[in-house]
Amino acid sequence: MSNSAENTRTLVIERVFPHTPEKLWRALTETPLIAQWLLKNDFAPTVGHKFQFRSEPMPQWDGVIACEVLVVDPLKQLSYSWNALGLESVVLFTLAPTQGGTHLRMEHSGFRPDQQTAYQGANYGWQKFLGGLERVLAGDMQ
Amino acid sequence: MKAAHANHVFRALADPTRRSIFEELTRQGEQTVHALTRYAGVSQPAVSKHLTVLKRAKLVRHRRAGRETHYRAQPDALAPMVDWLQHYGTFWSDKFDRLEALLERMEP
Repeated sequence: MSNSAENTRTLVIERVFPHTPEKLWRALTETPLIAQWLLKNDFAPTVGHKFQFRSEPMPQWDGVIACEVLVVDPLKQLSYSWNALGLESVVLFTLAPTQGGTHLRMEHSGFRPDQQTAYQGANYGWQKFLGGLERVLAGDMQ
Repeated sequence: MKAAHANHVFRALADPTRRSIFEELTRQGEQTVHALTRYAGVSQPAVSKHLTVLKRAKLVRHRRAGRETHYRAQPDALAPMVDWLQHYGTFWSDKFDRLEALLERMEP
């Protein structure tokens, strides 16, 4: 499991917005604004602040995401943990000014290995499991 | 698919021992509780408890044959999990569209 960090699943989305970093930062960190584009929340831009995102319950999911603020570096970086359905992941926004706008990069990296590894001979981290998921499905589902 | 089902699946697999039991079943096919106990390296009552949780999540199925109970993986029960992972790609690009629209509406 020493290479588990390399197996981390990361979703990256990047976009350039023709707006200032200041404006983008407000949209990322002011509760009512966040609610307008992302989800209802009780976010506060303070490291260590625990909050929730609440979305409409979807098929197969009650819509609650438990989070904790990890990084607040105004106009540059914002990160929070994102825990839903027992899976722990991390969302990281990075802002960089570009000509006439702001480049926003969102990394949603997931499914860190289990922190509790107090089981002998059975330390299957989520990553390893998820890594094998396609194989399992391909092999056993018709 | 019931709303609670994905929850059951995730909670069932949140435990590393249960995950390894489930993986073992997908690799080896049907196994007795006996064999699974040997594999998992925990007590038989513990394995039985884990199997009950997996059964509730519909991740395994069992049948009795004589004095042994045989367990079999039901990997199609993982479908909600796969959907959920794929769901995030669409989720974030939709949200970025909404962010773009919001920025247009905001005062400079």
